[in-house]
Amino acid sequence: MRVGAVLAAALGLSAACGGGGSGGPDAGDPNAEVCPVAAGDGVSFDPAADPCRWLSRYRFFVSTDLATLTANDRVVPYDLNTPLFSDYAWKSRFIYLADGQTMTYDDTDSFSLPEGAVILKTFSYPDDMRQPDGPIRHIETRLLIHRNDGWEGLPYVWNDDQADARLSVAGAQEHISWIHSDGSQRDVDYVVPNKNQCKQCHEEAVDVLGPIGPKARHINRDLDYGAGPENQLTHFADLGMLTGAPADPADAPRDAVFDDDATGTVDQRARAWLDINCAHCHNPGGAARVSGLDLRSAQTTPYDFGICKTPVAAGPGSGGLQYDIVPGDPDHSILVYRIDSTDPAVMMPELGRHVVHEEGVALIRDWIAAMPADPCLAPAPAPATR
Amino acid sequence: MKSRYAVCALALAAAACGNSEPPCEGPNGPCIEIDPGPDAQTRAQEALINAMDGDIILFNKGTFDLTLGLSLDVAGVTIRGRGMDKTILSFKNQTDGAEGILVTADNFTIEEIAVEDTVGDAIKVEGADGVTFRRTRAEWTDGPQSSNGGYGLYPVQCQHVLIEGSVARGASDSGIYVGQSQYVIVRDSRADNNVAGIEIENTSDADVHGNTSTNNTGGILVFNLPGLQRERGDRCRIFDNDIYDNSTDNFAPAGNIVGNVPRGTGIAVMAGHSVEIFGNRIRDNGTVNLGIISYLTLMLDYSDANYDPYSDTIYIHDNTFSGGGDQPMGGLGFLVVQALTTIMPAPILVPDIVEDGYVDPELAVGGQLPADYKTCIQNNGDADYASLDVPNDYASVSLDLAAHDCSHPALPEVVLPGSN
Repeated sequence: MRVGAVLAAALGLSAACGGGGSGGPDAGDPNAEVCPVAAGDGVSFDPAADPCRWLSRYRFFVSTDLATLTANDRVVPYDLNTPLFSDYAWKSRFIYLADGQTMTYDDTDSFSLPEGAVILKTFSYPDDMRQPDGPIRHIETRLLIHRNDGWEGLPYVWNDDQADARLSVAGAQEHISWIHSDGSQRDVDYVVPNKNQCKQCHEEAVDVLGPIGPKARHINRDLDYGAGPENQLTHFADLGMLTGAPADPADAPRDAVFDDDATGTVDQRARAWLDINCAHCHNPGGAARVSGLDLRSAQTTPYDFGICKTPVAAGPGSGGLQYDIVPGDPDHSILVYRIDSTDPAVMMPELGRHVVHEEGVALIRDWIAAMPADPCLAPAPAPATR
Repeated sequence: MKSRYAVCALALAAAACGNSEPPCEGPNGPCIEIDPGPDAQTRAQEALINAMDGDIILFNKGTFDLTLGLSLDVAGVTIRGRGMDKTILSFKNQTDGAEGILVTADNFTIEEIAVEDTVGDAIKVEGADGVTFRRTRAEWTDGPQSSNGGYGLYPVQCQHVLIEGSVARGASDSGIYVGQSQYVIVRDSRADNNVAGIEIENTSDADVHGNTSTNNTGGILVFNLPGLQRERGDRCRIFDNDIYDNSTDNFAPAGNIVGNVPRGTGIAVMAGHSVEIFGNRIRDNGTVNLGIISYLTLMLDYSDANYDPYSDTIYIHDNTFSGGGDQPMGGLGFLVVQALTTIMPAPILVPDIVEDGYVDPELAVGGQLPADYKTCIQNNGDADYASLDVPNDYASVSLDLAAHDCSHPALPEVVLPGSN
């Protein structure tokens, strides 16, 4: 078993390394490379070329031991204040910009990234979440590529031996086990989304695929780049990769960290959690625009973010309840019912989640419970009695 | 003969020689064929991802056991089967995905295929211009169950939608549901054993004709709901349909708007604007054959200043009504009986056409809708009528059909490019 996996990976790697001279795709060999490779040691990425079949080929990571995710030049890690929950997977994020390229700061929307930019996100599970430096297994690395005709998402699935990750446009399914932070054994049938499903989340304007994470409010935080904690906005600006950001990060928006009450009130933390977990679809240009429910943290109209709002196409997702949020009453709020479910007909988000985010659900329950009670009944005009 | 079969089996090339189906050709050459089998899920999804404008992706005869939803984001693609009783995409073992097929691309056609037992909606098309469902069946095979998915054929925020010759069965919300769309034809299709058979919601310029809607909770619904991006639907024609015996208990999970539709509803218009209902055969719907109501009658909270909750400009003519009204059910049935009890002895037989009596105050003159907006009812045989005066606690319930002897200009036919 083990030998077979190593052998398969070795074949895969040799194909990846040797495919450059063949002058085009080899239909007979599904492992043959189809993308060109640049000379030198730097990142080898051409936004106009066909996608590489193997992640190593791009040299985003120093490829002698790809699994360490050691970033090459111009590939810069970052983190989010409150991340999207993805079945407790750990994620590492990088932005790649070619030499001389910069992204442009925005207060509310995603930063404007130039053509040729790539955002990389790797989803991983440690054997034991209590031992962050222990063995860890990568499942997939998603590339979000800014081509000249827009963004494209590509899922790469890691081999069993972690030597490389292969482009898998149809996605994949994998059973994962780990020891959770509370010491319990956890399992999930992890689903790598297919290429089309990228758009289901990364569509913040109608029919426009784009990045979600690189917004000021998400990345305005510290990260240790090797010389102690440093603000990420400052770090990108100092590298010449970000223009237009306030000189002082305190002047930029900053979302709360959902599980750190030093960073915000329950309301702020709940809205930050909803923003990153829901608003990629639940915004006026997103895939869930048809529901009329807008869960961006910037939405201040209570009805629009679900207060006493009836669902439109919830189906079994209503759970027999009438309103998205009944203030003071989480048990009668459809929002709680759906984030607390793993039934694919019910659960929210629809994609990328197969277990309940217990800490997130607890926060949303606290948030709704703390609202002044309102049973959401009589209609506003011309009340009828019967 | 015998040796030929043996060669087939050896070659594992069922598509090439195992069946006698006609060859499939599209504008781009041969169709991309998918056969049932253990790797059908991956091959189908890869084909949908790699498809190009003009491609036809052909699912051959048989049952495809799919565990994940399929999705398509390439314009101009056709998904085709070998007949809606021959090619079956079964999602009975679906573990992931909120719908069976999700389409987010323009100029999409699906035809000659069945989608069964999805955990959520069967076929959802969102934000597309140019959508055709032709001889396509969406069904939940265990019959009406609240655990069934919500919508069968489900275009939403689309333009230029044609649904024809199709079947929807078992949806826990609506079998054929067109939401927040414009320029829509639903014709020659069948909806049965759904909560709502056919629902046109927040949609403008829709023609619904030649359909059979029976054994649902409600046959055909024309609704406008608050809190949506496309707030207002105008101009819907419902004509030449057979709408009868919609007597399935409401099995929608509570909290869904259609959960308010009582068993035995033929046609219901809620907050509808310019709806022309003519030439239909409507019978034996136990609560009411045809109801016109305001959203306010549902007594649900909303907070949407742009929303118009009142129905107006309804024109009902040349329909045939018979039977029905003998088993009023649900909250609306209760309300109807309460109102009619004020003016007639029990047992109440609900008239064919019933209005709740809410009047849009912005349109009203002297408390009544003026001629341009009032409900007009003509040439419906011996159909009877009631207005319930719900807003005034049934103070002046009226059976006066003659007061509605008027007409509105006929609504224009919906014409879709390339379809007639």
